[in-house]
Amino acid sequence: MIKMLGLRLARLVATLFAVSVITFAMTLLLPGDPINAILPPTTERDPQIVAQIREEYGLDNNIAVRYKDWLNDAVLHQDLGTSYVTRGQKVTDQIKNRVPVTAQLALMAVVIALFFAIPIGVLGAYRQSKWDDQLTSAGMQVALSIPNFIAAIMLGWLFAIKLDLLPNTGWARISKEGLLANLKTSILPATALALTQMAIFSRLVRSDMIATLQENYILSARAKGLPDRFVLFRHALRPSSLSLITIVGINFGALLGGTVVIEQVFSLPGLGSKLLSAISSRDILMVQGITVFIATVYVIVNTLVDLLYIVIDPRIRRS
Amino acid sequence: MPTAGADATRLTRSEKTEPLLVVEDLKTYFQTPNGLVKAVDGVTLSVERGKTLGVVGESGSGKTVLSRSIMRLNTAGNVITHGSVTYNGEDLLAKSPRQMRDIWGVEMAMVFQDPMTSLNPVVKVGRQMTEHIRHHLGVSKKDARDTAVELLRSVRIPEPEARFDNYPHEMSGGMRQRVCIAIALACGPKMLFADEPTTALDVTVQHQILNLLGQQQVDRFMTMIMVTHDLGVVAGRTDEIAVMYAGKVVEKAPTKQLFADMRHPYTEALLRSIPKIDDPKHTKLSAISGRPPDLINPPSGCAFSPRCPYAQPQCFTDTPPLGAAPTPGHQYACWFPVGSPEGKDAWDKNLEAKRPQTMAAAGLVNATEELAAGAVVGG
Ligand SMILES: Nc1ncnc2c1ncn2[C@@H]1O[C@H](COP(=O)(O)OP(=O)(O)OP(=O)(O)O)[C@@H](O)[C@H]1O
Ligand code: SF4
Ligand SMILES: [Mg+2]
Repeated sequence: MIKMLGLRLARLVATLFAVSVITFAMTLLLPGDPINAILPPTTERDPQIVAQIREEYGLDNNIAVRYKDWLNDAVLHQDLGTSYVTRGQKVTDQIKNRVPVTAQLALMAVVIALFFAIPIGVLGAYRQSKWDDQLTSAGMQVALSIPNFIAAIMLGWLFAIKLDLLPNTGWARISKEGLLANLKTSILPATALALTQMAIFSRLVRSDMIATLQENYILSARAKGLPDRFVLFRHALRPSSLSLITIVGINFGALLGGTVVIEQVFSLPGLGSKLLSAISSRDILMVQGITVFIATVYVIVNTLVDLLYIVIDPRIRRS
Repeated sequence: MPTAGADATRLTRSEKTEPLLVVEDLKTYFQTPNGLVKAVDGVTLSVERGKTLGVVGESGSGKTVLSRSIMRLNTAGNVITHGSVTYNGEDLLAKSPRQMRDIWGVEMAMVFQDPMTSLNPVVKVGRQMTEHIRHHLGVSKKDARDTAVELLRSVRIPEPEARFDNYPHEMSGGMRQRVCIAIALACGPKMLFADEPTTALDVTVQHQILNLLGQQQVDRFMTMIMVTHDLGVVAGRTDEIAVMYAGKVVEKAPTKQLFADMRHPYTEALLRSIPKIDDPKHTKLSAISGRPPDLINPPSGCAFSPRCPYAQPQCFTDTPPLGAAPTPGHQYACWFPVGSPEGKDAWDKNLEAKRPQTMAAAGLVNATEELAAGAVVGG
């Protein structure tokens, strides 16, 4: 058990290291000279100033040295550097400022998706091929085939414009405007994100559950005279949720980096929209910082998911 | 006492004399892409209160399907059931699944074939024991726990309090089957089905479990159906035995009568195939030659005819009915019964003609699947 935890931890660190190297290398491959980001391309360039800036940002050092310095700051001082573009703006401050928006969206999306997906999946397995299963299956298929941003636009049109119940764009921070205002601005984007997830999760629960319902222990549970509800949720759901948990973990990680489009549609001050603007303005340190942050969270979430297995299936605890 | 079995002294007279379970012409067919599988094909039997019926047959003869059909536990979507099952005067086949839930666990319970897979691996043993006690008897968590610990003690699980919090994988196979028995007994059922309760277990553990079942059956005055492929298992532990072949009962008799005077060649073959105690664990002595029959297209005439050492031309065309033997309660379905002059003639004829099935039964050649598979014609 301890040994396994140690192994997981070692793997986590190794993965993070690999992620940092790859991220660092990739941002170097972005076309264009970072100097262009720092000095407006139109201005007359004094070679001396350019040299001075290169010196200041360490752009002249070779890649290995630059990576070492950057990693050093990141690990020892939790400092991901200072933006080239908005001089003086620290990357970590930007992340801190924007991560609550994206994290909340991702979390809400997953919770909403699970809230609907689990009962739908369980029902689908229980009533396999009956009319209600066919109906929900068709519904899930539709939800799966609508792209996020289309769903976002449709939801915005219906609830914000037609019914005028919710604001169409913008974000209210809990700390400033309170929970209710915050929910009003977050519910539409979160729902738009949740639709696809719900469809994926419910399919997964349904198919795993169908397999579990064939197990002998389900028959023994039924032979005890327990209500179907009880058999489904107390006996069948847990053994049917291992692949669900994996996918929830992976998708949650993906949502953290993948809310870019939704943040654009609803004009939300999240990590995604910052990443987008950083890329277009060649703000390399910002891109690096955000990417490595998202990747880190992703890797940590997936490690937690691995640990969740142990909670779900007591048999793993021994090996 | 929530776990007490039916009390014999409280039964009315009619309850005492009427069999607890009456099964009439029960048929369970499965629709499959290859055709209709006639897993149970017209079974009639009855079990009196407090008695034990042994159902014996080879793998695939329909024992499990029969017991699940009686309990209405066949869940497959492709199942068709006909006939009648009367339990305690009530028609079970007419009941809705909802109504059956009040019978399962409380009136009828089942111990399954494989204790390794019939407990939920992610739920603690204790909860698997108490959940139906609480559901059916509406007792508090604490009382249910006490009852469960008591049950674990009664099925001789050491340190029951500690075992209560175990997961199934923390127990041995024999221990798990004891837990399964305790679970089945928990709500004091009047009728217990034991579907090959020891097949998956070690030989030494098998005896302990069988003795435990017998003891509990007597203590609780339960009525029991014990399913097995091993005549040896039911020999000293049942009041009556029904031998199944290809979904049909081919011989039925009080246990003593059956062993004293068995009539059906298949019963005889089963007896011959009982492993002896001092045999090495895995040798299957004198297995019955030939394969179990195809249940979609069963052989014409007597279903056992392709494998039967006694088979005569009539056997391949006419299906023998289940008829009464001279002794009361004894029935068999055979044209040339064991121990009768006709049977002796048939045997001698086949031996002379060197019918491989007969040679194998006589111990002159070894029985193999291939041996009899092709050779169909007798006499
Ligand atoms: N759902 C089903 N669909 C089709 N055929 C089935 C189904 N369930 C059982 N059968 C068939 O019914 C026949 C009888 O099976 P059953 O399990 O009752 O045999 P058994 O006597 O209990 O054998 P064993 O000793 O192996 O447990 C088998 O041929 C089996 O393949
Ligand atoms: S003798 Fe004939 S009727 Fe009797 S079991 Fe053999 S084949 Fe069937
Ligand atoms: Mg069976």
